[in-house]
Amino acid sequence: MQVHNFEKVWLGVALLLIVGFIATIAYGSVGAGISMVDDSGGTISAQAVQSGETGTGFDDPGVVKQSDDHYVVYVVARQFQFSPGSGDNPIRVPADARITFKVTSADVTHGFSITETNINTMVIPGQVAEVSARFDETGTYGLVCHEYCGAAHHTMGGSVEVVAPSNYTAQQSQEVSA
Amino acid sequence: MVYVDEYPKTSKLVRSEFIVAFGALAIGAIFGVIQALHRTGVFRGFVSSADYYTLLTAHGVLLALVFTTFFIAGLFSWAVSNSLERELPHRIAWAAFWVMLVGTVMAAVAIIGGLVGAPSILGHSLQADVLFTFYAPMKAHPAFYLGAALIIVGSWVAGGAYFKSLWEWRSENPDERIPLRTFMVVTTMLMWYISTIGVAVEVVVFLIPWSLGLIQNVDPLLTRTLFWYFGHPVVYFWLMPAYLVWYTVLPKLAGGRLFSDPLARVVFVLFLLLSTPVGFHHQYVDPGIPEGFKFIAMTNTMFLLLPSLLTAFTVVASMEHGARQRGATGYLSWLRNLPWGNPAFAGCALAGLMFAAGGFSGMINAGMNINYLIHNTLWVPGHFHLTVGTAFALTAMAISYWLVPQITGKKLQRRSLAVAQPYVWFIGMTLMSNAMHRAGLAGIPRRTAEPTYDEFAFEGVAGTVGEMRIQIAIGGFLLFVGAALFLIVMAETFLARRGGTLSVNGTLPDPLSGAEHSPRILDNYKLWTAIALVLIVIAYGPPLASMIADGITAPGSPPIPV
Repeated sequence: MQVHNFEKVWLGVALLLIVGFIATIAYGSVGAGISMVDDSGGTISAQAVQSGETGTGFDDPGVVKQSDDHYVVYVVARQFQFSPGSGDNPIRVPADARITFKVTSADVTHGFSITETNINTMVIPGQVAEVSARFDETGTYGLVCHEYCGAAHHTMGGSVEVVAPSNYTAQQSQEVSA
Repeated sequence: MVYVDEYPKTSKLVRSEFIVAFGALAIGAIFGVIQALHRTGVFRGFVSSADYYTLLTAHGVLLALVFTTFFIAGLFSWAVSNSLERELPHRIAWAAFWVMLVGTVMAAVAIIGGLVGAPSILGHSLQADVLFTFYAPMKAHPAFYLGAALIIVGSWVAGGAYFKSLWEWRSENPDERIPLRTFMVVTTMLMWYISTIGVAVEVVVFLIPWSLGLIQNVDPLLTRTLFWYFGHPVVYFWLMPAYLVWYTVLPKLAGGRLFSDPLARVVFVLFLLLSTPVGFHHQYVDPGIPEGFKFIAMTNTMFLLLPSLLTAFTVVASMEHGARQRGATGYLSWLRNLPWGNPAFAGCALAGLMFAAGGFSGMINAGMNINYLIHNTLWVPGHFHLTVGTAFALTAMAISYWLVPQITGKKLQRRSLAVAQPYVWFIGMTLMSNAMHRAGLAGIPRRTAEPTYDEFAFEGVAGTVGEMRIQIAIGGFLLFVGAALFLIVMAETFLARRGGTLSVNGTLPDPLSGAEHSPRILDNYKLWTAIALVLIVIAYGPPLASMIADGITAPGSPPIPV
C-alpha cells in the first residue's frame, strides 16, 4: 500500500495526540485523584424511595454528620423538586469538610449538578449516585436538574448553602430544636 | 448522460427519499427556531413551556432520525447504483422506503398528539414528550416506540438492496476491487447493523411490551445503556455519508482528484471497528457503572479520533490539489483559488471547517474528567449542532445542489439563493454554537424551556449570559433562514420543467492513488465485522452482565407518564 510521506507524518502526530490525551486523563484520575461517579452507591428500589420505606437515610433525606470532617447528604429527586435542596429547603453544609452526596430518584431519570463545581451526576431510578467533594468557599451555589424529567422540568432547581464551619453547628442545633 | 436517464428507476427512489427528508427538515427547522426564541426568552408566544418539550422531541426525531435516515438512503442509493453501474433491486429498496415512512408517520402522530391535548388512543394517551433519547421510565404512546422501531427496521431493509447489488456485481466482476463509494456504503451499513442491535433490543424487548402494559417494570439503567450502545455509533451513521461526499465528490468540485483511495478505505474500516464500543462515554456520570468500564470506553473513544484526523488531512490535501490544478501557488493563498461561489463546494468546505471545531469540543466531551464540567449543559447541543447539524446537514444540503439536478434532470433554480445559503448557515451556526458552548461552561443546562431559576442566577465565564442569549436567538433565526433558502431552491428545482443542458457533470475523476494500491484484505468484510464484534464484547460484555445479574428488569421501574 502506497502511503505518502506527509500522510505518515500526520498519522504519527495524530497517534501521539491521542495517546497524549489518554495519558493526561489517566494522570487526572490516578495522579490528581479525580474519581468518577461509579457503582459504589449500590442499587435501591425506586418504589421504596417513593413510599419512604427503604430503611436508609433516603426515608428522611437531609444532612447526616459522620464526624467533624465528614457529612453525608441524602437527596431524593422527584418530579419536580430536590428534597432537600428546592425552594425554601436548601442543602446546608459546612465549608472545608468532606461532603458525600448520595442522590437517588423516586420516579424518572433526573440530573444533579451544583453550579461552579465539578459535582455533576445522573440520578437514575434504582441506582444511588455517590459524589464526594469539599467546598473551600462559603456562599450559595445553584443546584440544577439537567436531565429532562417532564413538563415542569425547567422549574426543578435548588440551592446549596455552604457556611463557615464555626457557624454550622449553631445552625444545625437550631434546626433540631425547630 | 445524466444519472436520471441512465438509472430512471433508482432516480425515482432517490427523489422520493429526498422529498421525505426535506419535508422533515422543513418541520424540524420551524420547531428549531421556535425553541431558540423560547428558551432564550426572546419570544414565548408560540407554545407553553410545558409544550416546549413536545417541540423538542419532534425537532430531535425529525432532524436526527428522519431527515438523516431518508437523506442517507437516497445518497446511498445514488452512490451504489452509480458506482456499480446498475439499478438498485427496486422491490427491496421500495419496501424499505415504505416501512420507514410508516414508522415516521406513526412516531410523528404520537409526538404531535401532545400538542392537541393528548387524546386517548387504544387506551393510551397520545403523546411522546420523551425527547430523542426516550429514557425509561418516562413513557410515550406505544405508537412512538413502534414507529421508531420501523424506521430502523426500514433502514436495515434498505441495506439489503445495497448488499444484493454488490453480490450481483461481484459475480460478474470477481477480480475487480469494490468501487470506493460502494465500499463506503457497505462499511457504513455493517457498522449500522451492529450498532442498532442495542436500540432494537431496548425498544422491541423492553419498551414496547412495557408501554403496552405486558410487562410491569424495566431497568432504567439497562435500557439507557442499550440506548447509548446505539446512541454514539448513530453519529457515525450521519458522519460517514458526509465523509463519502467529502472523499469522492468534494475533490472534484475543488477542481482536482482524491488524494488516496486506500487511505479512505482504511478510515472507513477504522469506523467499523471502533464506532460501537464507545457508548459508555455518554454515561461517564451515570451511577451503577464501574469506573474501569468507563475508562475502556474512553480509550476507544479517543482512538476514534484517528479516522477523523486522517480525513482532515486527506480532504484538505485533495482541495489543495484541486486549487493547484487551477493554477494556485503559495502556502495558503491557494485557498483563494477554490470555487467559493459554487454552493455545492462552499457548503461542503464550510461544513468540514465547522466539523473541525465540533471535533475539538467532542474531545472535551470524551475526556472522562473534564466531562464533569459540561455534561448535560448547553455545551453538548452546541457541540452536536456543529457535527450532525453542520458537518452532516450542511453537507447534505450542499451536495443536493449538485445531486438533485442529476436525479431530476432539471436545472438548479434560484442559484443566487443557493450561493448565499451555506454562508447564512455558517454565520448562524457560528453565533449559536459559540454562545451555546460558553453557556455550557457557565453551567446552563440543555433541554430546558426556561433556563432561569428562582434560587440562583448563572454567571458567564466569558461574556454575559444576556449576550449569549441574544447570540443563540439570532443564530437560531439565521439557521432557520438558511433552511428556508435551501428548501425554496429545492422546491423550485423539483417543480421546474426539464429542458436545456445541465451545468453539473456527474463523472468523478480517479484518485491520485487508486484502489489497486490498497491491500486486498481491506475488502474482507467478514474479518472486520468479526473484529468489531470482539471489541464490542470486550467493552460491553462485562458491564451488561453485571447489570442483568439481578434480573433483566431489576431494579425495575413502572412506566411514568410525562
